Amino acid sequence: MSTPYAKLPGWVEYGLVPLINLAVAFIVAGLVVLLVGENPFEAAYHLINGAFGRGEYIGFTLYYATTFIFTGLAVAVAFHCGLFNIGGEGQAYVGGIGVALACLWLDQTMPWYVVFPIAIVGSAFFGALWAFLPGWLQAKRGSHIVITTIMFNFIASSLMVYLLTRVLKPLGSMAPQTRTFAEGGQLPKLDWLLSIFGLNIGTAPFNISFLLALVAAFAVWVLIWRTKLGYEMRTMGHSPSAARYAGIRESRITVIAMMISGGLAGMMALNPIMGEQFRMQLDFVQGAGFVGIAVALMGRSHPGGIIPAAILFGVLYQGGAEIAFEMPSISRDMIVIIQGLVILFAGALENMFRPAITRVFAMRGQRAAAVVQTKGA
Amino acid sequence: MDFFHVLVVLLESTIRVSVPLVFAALAGLFTERAGVFDIGLEGKMLGAAFAAGAAAAVTQSVWIGLIAAILISVLLSLVHGYASITQRGNQIVSGVAINFIVAGSTVILGEAWFRQGGRTPALAEGARFQIVNFPGADAAREVPILGPIYADLLSGHFLLTYLAFAMVPISWWILYRMRFGLRLRAVGENPGAVDTAGISVIWLRYRAVICCGILCGFAGAYLSLAMTAGFVKGMTAGKGYIALAALIFAKWRPKNVMLACLLFGFLDALAIRLQGTPLPLVGQVPVQLMQALPYILTVILLAGFIGKAIPPKAGGVPYVKER
Repeated sequence: MSTPYAKLPGWVEYGLVPLINLAVAFIVAGLVVLLVGENPFEAAYHLINGAFGRGEYIGFTLYYATTFIFTGLAVAVAFHCGLFNIGGEGQAYVGGIGVALACLWLDQTMPWYVVFPIAIVGSAFFGALWAFLPGWLQAKRGSHIVITTIMFNFIASSLMVYLLTRVLKPLGSMAPQTRTFAEGGQLPKLDWLLSIFGLNIGTAPFNISFLLALVAAFAVWVLIWRTKLGYEMRTMGHSPSAARYAGIRESRITVIAMMISGGLAGMMALNPIMGEQFRMQLDFVQGAGFVGIAVALMGRSHPGGIIPAAILFGVLYQGGAEIAFEMPSISRDMIVIIQGLVILFAGALENMFRPAITRVFAMRGQRAAAVVQTKGA
Repeated sequence: MDFFHVLVVLLESTIRVSVPLVFAALAGLFTERAGVFDIGLEGKMLGAAFAAGAAAAVTQSVWIGLIAAILISVLLSLVHGYASITQRGNQIVSGVAINFIVAGSTVILGEAWFRQGGRTPALAEGARFQIVNFPGADAAREVPILGPIYADLLSGHFLLTYLAFAMVPISWWILYRMRFGLRLRAVGENPGAVDTAGISVIWLRYRAVICCGILCGFAGAYLSLAMTAGFVKGMTAGKGYIALAALIFAKWRPKNVMLACLLFGFLDALAIRLQGTPLPLVGQVPVQLMQALPYILTVILLAGFIGKAIPPKAGGVPYVKER
């Protein structure tokens, strides 16, 4: 896409512009709160208090953030390759099969540290599998990845309803879910990490998959900016024709990028399944795949931006529950609005304020140049 | 029940569930033919359904409900247009954003205004669309074969149903026989050429987006003013995406759009009908498979195994005038 905008300093590009976009999204969300007849500042207070007020709340915030780091990274990896993977939702859902199978198979005989690596591989495998077909169809048959991944979300949803109501459900049970896992299928909490800061985790399901998410974020950084594959992916994302002339095998890179993306989305399933519910339930993804889009856009597809963006959405999810509790007329659907506004302002309208910001910095630049000139003369 | 009777009932419900799909898919046809991809059909339909339900409940007038639906839907279209035409933002991202904003705000506003758990109040007779009965429909029902076809398939639908199917040839006429339509299609294939001819690409695309908004407004109004008496949260339930699938399945052509919508509507009606009943030869088909079938068919089509779906060439690409 042609961007006729002047280059801005790094801190403006990666700090100020996203912050302004985010601020506008929150101002509009505040207007919605006003429209409902509530005080937006009170809502903001409950949001912050609900997210950080106690060790337990922080635990929940970071638990949600864990999920969003995975899905955000998934969207970001595909973005770098010029692919828009809207299918994180379905990939995470199907990734759950890998986690559930590992747990159902080994939870009664093995400790968690044996089950966990197998579940990681399983979730990544199933997630990647669900992303493989759209990737392959894009690469070989030219089917639009956005449309195919949307379709695969719906297909995944039907498939999982089928599996959970017919196959994975224990005999004699009515609820569409697997049996509850024994100890081997339950991840240890990170209570020690919070207690370093003198916080009590309480009932929060903040678990070891958070550390895995951080490792994944680092791995994505290495992949994108420090490996040949990542370089090829970025080349393709910037200019497919340049990639073609450079002899990069487009279809191979497309499929690989999609599978990495799907694998990351699939690993998201570890957090709710092994970390919180200890069973696989219907709809356990709960829109996290879509939150990943907002997180990746906010974080500018860089792991260093994705982690804070994921924590921000963790705050919204956990604090939003507190708002819903304290102010009954604002239900948790408020988060969905904010999420949409963030996607709109940080994504589709990301350049709305750029001309003004560029002008401000151009003026400052001119003034500085003028100062240098007068000194020189 | 004999086979013929079952078939008539099935086809009748096919028509009923296809109407919003036809409206929404035609809406998508207008924007996508003009080179603006629209994932936000779902959101616009939902927003329109809510506006219709809310306005009709407050004013007790079905027409004000319909107008409110169209207004909100056009407004959302303009947001999409502003982001993707003027700001040259990513069209997919914008569509996704609109879907989320609407999904959240319909619930929040509905709860704040009506306090019925995200619903709007149930509409009385005057505040919703009534079934149109053709003259002599009841008398004709006794006539074998032709009677039920006349009485149940042709007669006995809502005004909007007839409008939806009338919109198919009308859309065709607009797109293929009017100057506006020719230009609209040209702007989706080669905006540079249209610009060279001295026609504003921006204004043309905005008009296409507005057409899309109007049609999505009808789709939403049908859901909350005709199909059910009032708005229920999340009532579009993926219909916007099915419409999108139907649009691609139809290869962006009006007549095919109608057929694709009827096919997907038929699958939907069949899935409800077949729940729990085994079929000859194949045994019991899981209802989930039937639900997923439209999506699976679309993927197979996109893969190029049933013909080839070639989207408008300039679809998804913002137009930059310079050079």
